[in-house]
Amino acid sequence: MNTPKPSMSLTKPEAFDLTTKQRIYVAIGMIGLIILALATFNVTFPYRTIVLTIALLSISIGIVLFANDLYIKKLPGIKNDGVMFKSISSRGLWAWISGLAFTGFYILLYFKASWLGLGTDGAENTGLVALFDPLSQFLNGGQASQWFVYGTLYTIAILVFGYKFLLKYRHNKYERLRTFSVMFFQLAFAFLIPEFMARLNSDSFSLPYYDLKNIWPLNYYNFEQYRVNSFIEAGDIGLALLIFGILSIFVITPILTFKYGKRWYCSWVCGCGGLAETAGDSFRHLSDKRQFAWKIERWVVHSVVVFVVLMTTAVVYSYLGDDSSKYWLTKRTFLIGVATLLTVVFAWVMIFKREQLAKDAQYGAVGYFVIILVLLGIHFFNGSNLFLFKAETLRQSYGFLIGAIFSGVIGTGFYPIFGNRVWCRFGCPMAAILGFQQRLFSRFRITTNGGQCISCGNCSTYCEMGIDVRAYAQKGENIVRSSCVGCGICSAVCPRGVLRLENDSMKGRINANEILLGNDVDLMDLVNEK
Amino acid sequence: MEHIVIIGNGISGVTLARHIRKLSSQPDGQAGKKITLVSAETEYFFSRTALMYIYMGHMTFEHTQPYENWFWEKNRIELKKGYVKKVETQSKTLHFAEGDTLQYDTLVIATGSKPNKFGWPGQDLEGVMGMYHKQDLDNLEKHAPNNKVCKRAVIVGGGLIGIELAEMLNSRNIPVTFLVREASFWNGVLPEGESQMINRHIKNHHIDLRLSTNLKEIKSDENGTVKSIIIEETGEEILCDVVGLTAGVTPNIDFLKDSEIETGRGVKVNRFLETNIPDVYAIGDCAEQQEPSGNRRPVEAVWYTGRMMGEVLAQTICGNKMPYNPGHWFNSAKFMDIEYQTYGWVFGEKGRPDYEQHFHWKHSDDTKCITVAYHKDTNVFLGINTFGIRLKHETFDKWLTEKRDVDYVISNLKDANFDPEFYARFEDEILAAYKRQSLLVE
Repeated sequence: MNTPKPSMSLTKPEAFDLTTKQRIYVAIGMIGLIILALATFNVTFPYRTIVLTIALLSISIGIVLFANDLYIKKLPGIKNDGVMFKSISSRGLWAWISGLAFTGFYILLYFKASWLGLGTDGAENTGLVALFDPLSQFLNGGQASQWFVYGTLYTIAILVFGYKFLLKYRHNKYERLRTFSVMFFQLAFAFLIPEFMARLNSDSFSLPYYDLKNIWPLNYYNFEQYRVNSFIEAGDIGLALLIFGILSIFVITPILTFKYGKRWYCSWVCGCGGLAETAGDSFRHLSDKRQFAWKIERWVVHSVVVFVVLMTTAVVYSYLGDDSSKYWLTKRTFLIGVATLLTVVFAWVMIFKREQLAKDAQYGAVGYFVIILVLLGIHFFNGSNLFLFKAETLRQSYGFLIGAIFSGVIGTGFYPIFGNRVWCRFGCPMAAILGFQQRLFSRFRITTNGGQCISCGNCSTYCEMGIDVRAYAQKGENIVRSSCVGCGICSAVCPRGVLRLENDSMKGRINANEILLGNDVDLMDLVNEK
Repeated sequence: MEHIVIIGNGISGVTLARHIRKLSSQPDGQAGKKITLVSAETEYFFSRTALMYIYMGHMTFEHTQPYENWFWEKNRIELKKGYVKKVETQSKTLHFAEGDTLQYDTLVIATGSKPNKFGWPGQDLEGVMGMYHKQDLDNLEKHAPNNKVCKRAVIVGGGLIGIELAEMLNSRNIPVTFLVREASFWNGVLPEGESQMINRHIKNHHIDLRLSTNLKEIKSDENGTVKSIIIEETGEEILCDVVGLTAGVTPNIDFLKDSEIETGRGVKVNRFLETNIPDVYAIGDCAEQQEPSGNRRPVEAVWYTGRMMGEVLAQTICGNKMPYNPGHWFNSAKFMDIEYQTYGWVFGEKGRPDYEQHFHWKHSDDTKCITVAYHKDTNVFLGINTFGIRLKHETFDKWLTEKRDVDYVISNLKDANFDPEFYARFEDEILAAYKRQSLLVE
């Protein structure tokens, strides 16, 4: 483990302590957090609209002023001074405190919403959730839920820390555009549009809450029976949304990944990526760079993909019928379709892309055969049960283990301990599938600039996905790696101009070099071409 | 089994070890040669170029290590921590300060550099240091942890290491006075326009830059620690707590004084990196080439050349004797926030050949500029310096090989751009400026 050390000397370098002004700004932000905390402990506030506004504004203003103080007076350029010394970003006391606080919040959010004040069985909200009722009424016409609270705080976190990130990287246009993108997609697609859509719901017309950019398998519940039924009952608009959901998986996503790499999603669109790149920027260097971590990564993330494929298949299978005269899509037809699709993908990869996957081929084979065996099992058991489990139980297990624990509690709560992309790296099935596409047929790569690498390691240190970028750069090799989310920070922090994110020709995309440019031409020919 | 001992676990030594291992692996997986890497500085290889980022808090020491610790055992490269006191070439034996010895069949000296000291009074006081070794970093951390313990630092020597040290101290808000012997920063290498731009950039970072200024003496307090320095030209005394000596580096070869290996400034080697003693080679910063290539200097204290020498010598040691025959010169650096890359040759005022003509362009924001050198009679492109704009190594290497002319290079500059996506491009502006200059010349 690359353990950040608070200091290499006995005395901590106080050069990186907060200034008085900065402490004041932190205190302003704390006012907002304290109000929210008090609300959580059921302190009842009068004038909730005003109190909520004060809380959210305090947090926002505190962060904005802090960022201004930190960056505006300095010249544009890379600003990572003290990252390895400051408590919050080097697993110090403040990191643990905030990590535990985030984790606690997520646990309440997913499992004890009533403790946050969610009213059940028609009862009025209390506590923290009640504090957000005025805003919820304003946006969607109804009472707040714990998810509304979460959505609001999440969106504010992305917007405000996005401002901080924009200041930090104001010299870098790629980073600025990317940040504006995630801020926009979170505010519009993940927050406002779904809330406005909810306002359209009535007794005769109803649509499920739908963040359009949340695509299966990340949106693992999109094909639940209740949702599919709702879409269909909503008429043309619902059917259009359902079709859009399917096209997103099989058409839109592969095309965009071919053109731009998976970064179009993970660093420009996705909510998890948005939070990671804004509020999580302070923790990107905490990702585990060891080869050991990478081995865990491939097993865990691919297992999650298998899990979500099987879970979704089982869920859809459970509500389809057997009678083709009622509806063309039957249980058997669906299973055959899924098995055929997987077989086609697997065969195509094995026949045409084996050399690009190299050792990953065996992982793919394992995953493929597990899925096929389970599909056969589903067929033979011929019911809503799957190896003694009900399909809904399987979905609930996935929702609990992956959707809640992995994605929320660990993935975000542990930012200050494990880094900002633990979920994206180890658990997100969407990232895994996009990564698969990226490795196999994407034009995206990070190009290495000849022989210019000095092996300093800034790129690896600041890679939030834990890729050992330096290992490629010091060999003059392009980086075409499944897990790369194209955040561009390796290129930004490189002091020698070695790395560039590009969409380029497929030819020569994956290149291996032993002798770098700049050495004897004869030696390069001898060794590199073999 | 042949035993190859490499003294020095820097980029040269490690590159050599890696390539020997790769070239000498037998089909059955057993090692064909025994390799031992010796170092007195650190147990594991680290990137010296990243030392500055440890002090600045961008990285920890572990981040500077390109290979995880299991790498060495897995590749059967033995690591020995120890200071070589004596090399006995007759018996092929190394003697260590700790008293033990090591036999070798082939010896490679890759001991790098050490900071220059020019006999200044006080240069060995506490609080005086270079910035080359890991121990220098530890020393700086001790004497300059913040701007209360270290109220001011003085840096002597206006080169690449000097400006990096200034950037390091700046990150902890420690006031820096920077003594530069030249009339403009690094103008022995950089053309005047570029050097002047860097002067301004240094001052913009609130560094007290003193040009045409030399160190006379370092004064001690009662405890043998730095108290102040005296400037040669004016006699001015500057109170300080740390003095950084960064006036260049010199080959680190003192331990060879009593051996039969021939040395000058460095270990003398021929084009095959062979010394005067059979089975003894030298590579990297400590090698002094008797027949340098083209415009290259006998001692090339650059990360890239150290790596290249390791790559070449591995071939020789594994049976394919090859001369060190590097391609076109290239180098890079970063002056605080301004990145620098050079391909081919662009000379400063001093030492510039008569045939070399320059085209210079600078952006109004004073952080970007380009200088193109070409032959005034044939218009052949000779080299380019770029500041603040990233350029593609491969493209310039090709253009230099093809001996393109300067018109072609400037007209096709966009093919060589390596800036991140969406960055502003300046090729049209540069081309327009070049055309204006051409008109003036005609």
